[in-house]
Amino acid sequence: MKSNDRRLLNRRHFLARSVVGGSALLLAGCDKLAGTSWFSGLLGKAGPFTEAVQTAITPANALAREFTEADIAPTFRANGSVDPQDDDYLDHVDNNFADWKLEIRGLVERPYSLSLAELRALPSRTQITRHDCVEGWSCIGKWKGVPLRAVLERAGVKPQARFVVFRCMDTLDDNLYYESCRIVDAYHPQTILAYDLNDKPLPIANGAPLRVRLERKLGYKQAKYLSAIELVDSYAKIGSGNGGYWEDQGYDWYGGI
Amino acid sequence: MAATNAAMDEMARPVPMPAQPPAWTIYRHRLPVRIMHWINVVCLFVMVGSGLQIFNAHPALYWGKQSTFVAPALMLGATQDGDHNLHGVTKIGSHQFDTTGVLGVSAGVNGKPRARGFPSWATLPGPQSLAMGRQWHFLFAWIFAINGSLYLLWTFASKHFSRDLAPTGSDWRGFFRSIVDHIKFKHPHGEEATRYNILQKLAYLMVILVFGPGIVLMGLAMSPHMDSVLGWLVDLVGGRQSARTIHFIIAFGFIGFVLIHVFEVLISGVFNQLRSMITGYYSVPGGRDDAHDAAKEDSHEIE
Repeated sequence: MKSNDRRLLNRRHFLARSVVGGSALLLAGCDKLAGTSWFSGLLGKAGPFTEAVQTAITPANALAREFTEADIAPTFRANGSVDPQDDDYLDHVDNNFADWKLEIRGLVERPYSLSLAELRALPSRTQITRHDCVEGWSCIGKWKGVPLRAVLERAGVKPQARFVVFRCMDTLDDNLYYESCRIVDAYHPQTILAYDLNDKPLPIANGAPLRVRLERKLGYKQAKYLSAIELVDSYAKIGSGNGGYWEDQGYDWYGGI
Repeated sequence: MAATNAAMDEMARPVPMPAQPPAWTIYRHRLPVRIMHWINVVCLFVMVGSGLQIFNAHPALYWGKQSTFVAPALMLGATQDGDHNLHGVTKIGSHQFDTTGVLGVSAGVNGKPRARGFPSWATLPGPQSLAMGRQWHFLFAWIFAINGSLYLLWTFASKHFSRDLAPTGSDWRGFFRSIVDHIKFKHPHGEEATRYNILQKLAYLMVILVFGPGIVLMGLAMSPHMDSVLGWLVDLVGGRQSARTIHFIIAFGFIGFVLIHVFEVLISGVFNQLRSMITGYYSVPGGRDDAHDAAKEDSHEIE
């Protein structure tokens, strides 16, 4: 009986070891596979495929859920750059963004720029929405800003423009942050250039003086510390060519799931 | 053992009435089931590993529309003591457990303790990489969802569902006996072994009708893009963070199912079971009994 017990214990120990060891071996195999160019190419196709399917089965202007004042989180969590130390940015902070301007440039008929005061004078939209971080958490906040569509229409988007690139003032790991989206997402009714969060000017941690809200996308698409909006036909020559700071680190460009 | 070998020799041809021992091989799993089963094995392995990797980016769960950071439902955290040693702490509601080495803190690539939700042997890829975890997860999510949908369609169209999976009246009447049989690790023989038992049927039904569709829907409910049309579903489960928590719970439902499933396979003739899911042919334990023997066998255990 005793030896039976021991054998059972040994067997159990062996099984546990096998599960852990086997899993580690299989995972190592997966890493090898992901290192091959054909498989990493396949892995990279999931994002565009998901985008194609999700946009095909949802109306282009379907609205993200809007919440009530009661739902607003006590503190809106900030992530990524939360306190940029770039000289240009610190200068803007010092004089309260009085000289800051948002440039609208690239493939537009009439490039122009807007000061914060000019932006605040334009018709605005206010929305209480849920911010979903790629890490998994969510936070509800109230955003006020100018619909991006109005800003773009004033510049006159050239027909060859396919993407809107958001240029930022914050440096992460030696690279300026940037993001991009399709024109259709830029024209979505809830896509705004937000200057207020919860009825107060945007705090530095959340992107002062201006950030974009793309309410049907994850947090990393919602570029903060904006300096320019650039219309392009391709983002291949910007950064490492993947359409955004985090995309250049391997994150999917779609960012809708 | 001799019986198993004899059965293996016979596996390809239709089975005549045997002499002694009464070997009986049946065609148990049709080709579509076998293919979809093994695709699913790969998918579940990748989905769980990459899912735990994604979870590690923010190893906490919440209930509701958003994250209540001060009061997570579950958290795999790390604390540092006076000697700068890391301790893994698992919090479930207001309860707290030291789980150093496995949850919260475990060995990193260099072997040193690191703060990470699930250990590197359980995540895909092993080292911390949310970006790679997401790529794996979403590629195999498509394969999993397409494979699962085809399985459901096939299961109903081929009558696999009504014939093999739907519990019958006599299945239900044997419910308690089946529980006792499982506890005693007693496996059916003869005619009885050609069908799934009631607990087995319920486990499969749970997985294919609840876990599978449920985990896909909860995954979609986490998508901010899909939320614009699935708001009703998100509301139904209590919000996006609830959906994420349910997604996680179902994932562990799958893990629990797989552990029990593999255990049952291991103790009920692993080679016979594996062969039946590869070639389709299953050697019925105890062989074919005539009706009289079957009735007699029913009343006592056969080794």
